[in-house]
Amino acid sequence: MPIKQKIFAIVISLFLLFFIIELVRRKKLREEYSWLWLLTGSIILILALWYDLLQGITRLIGARLPTSTLFFLGLFFLILIAIQFSVKMSALFTQVKNLAQENGLLKQRIEELEREDYSPNEHESKES
Amino acid sequence: MKDTLNKAAKILTIIPALNEECTIAQVISGIKAHAPYCDILVIDDGSSDATALRARAAGVKVIRLPFNMGYGIALQTGYKYALEKGYHYVVQLDGDGQHDPLSLEELIEAVRSGETDVAIGSRFSNNNQEYTYKAGWMKRTGILLFSAITSLIIKQRVSDPTSGYQAITRKAAQFYASEAYPCDYPDADVIIMLNRAGFRIKEIPVVMHQNKNKKSMHSGMKPLYYVFKMFLSIFLTLLRKRELLNQESGRVCP
Repeated sequence: MPIKQKIFAIVISLFLLFFIIELVRRKKLREEYSWLWLLTGSIILILALWYDLLQGITRLIGARLPTSTLFFLGLFFLILIAIQFSVKMSALFTQVKNLAQENGLLKQRIEELEREDYSPNEHESKES
Repeated sequence: MKDTLNKAAKILTIIPALNEECTIAQVISGIKAHAPYCDILVIDDGSSDATALRARAAGVKVIRLPFNMGYGIALQTGYKYALEKGYHYVVQLDGDGQHDPLSLEELIEAVRSGETDVAIGSRFSNNNQEYTYKAGWMKRTGILLFSAITSLIIKQRVSDPTSGYQAITRKAAQFYASEAYPCDYPDADVIIMLNRAGFRIKEIPVVMHQNKNKKSMHSGMKPLYYVFKMFLSIFLTLLRKRELLNQESGRVCP
């Protein structure tokens, strides 16, 4: 690997790693989501430093160029991260749904209680 | 209130409504006329019009969802309410006047007699005398397709799997209120899930009216998504273990 490429890859991966760690440190990014990003950054760094490994993987997956391997791995990790987001979004949607339903039920209950306060004889309370 | 004393069972009618200010009052008075012993709950799914006001003015309970969440989620809210308040039977019908309250009694009787757990009002049932419903060819094809698939899977004829006019028992309501319930487009897949969870299903011929001034729930690209979602949902339901759906068994704690 030409030295220019190597330096560039190392700088990029270090920048990515520090950026993610800094985001987590300042609590802008939850640890929960940082691990896949950190893994991605670390793999770029390892592959940049250890060219033989990159060539080994390239031969293993049958790619022509080491750069294709890098692109492939990059794409693969982005897909993983996107799936992780989709899963989390589904969970968040369920939570929002339950909250909205609970909110509606509670509001209805409060209105009912308030009405009972104003006219206590009109409504017999039948709670089990 | 007085009528529930004669007929011991507590029955709740839930009406999910989205921008139905023109029809909601009429639907409510229809229910009150045909089944006065039912309590009525309108779930306003974040309407931007006076649906909630009209419903309150008609003297029924109203739950307002903070924003529009979709038909299935509004429906599920009603089931959660019914469970909370200890209702024995729940009826669901639409707020657009498509489902005629005339058939309420028959649906309720089917579940109250213990003959079935879920009574589904069908507009296409063979013995439906008063056939007033006409659907477009696309909708008809869809209904026929899913009717065939559903009937095949549950080994029982289901002529109208898309019907949102149903009466169910409390036990079935627990299933509707659980996370297993498919909240976006609950439809033919619900019937299959119910069947696999061991609930009995029966079709009752009902009167349904044509939707007059209506933007259908299934319009634009939605029919495509609907068909896709239904196939996926049915397929995944068949992949899941039966026990997962059966709320009765529950989890055994060590």
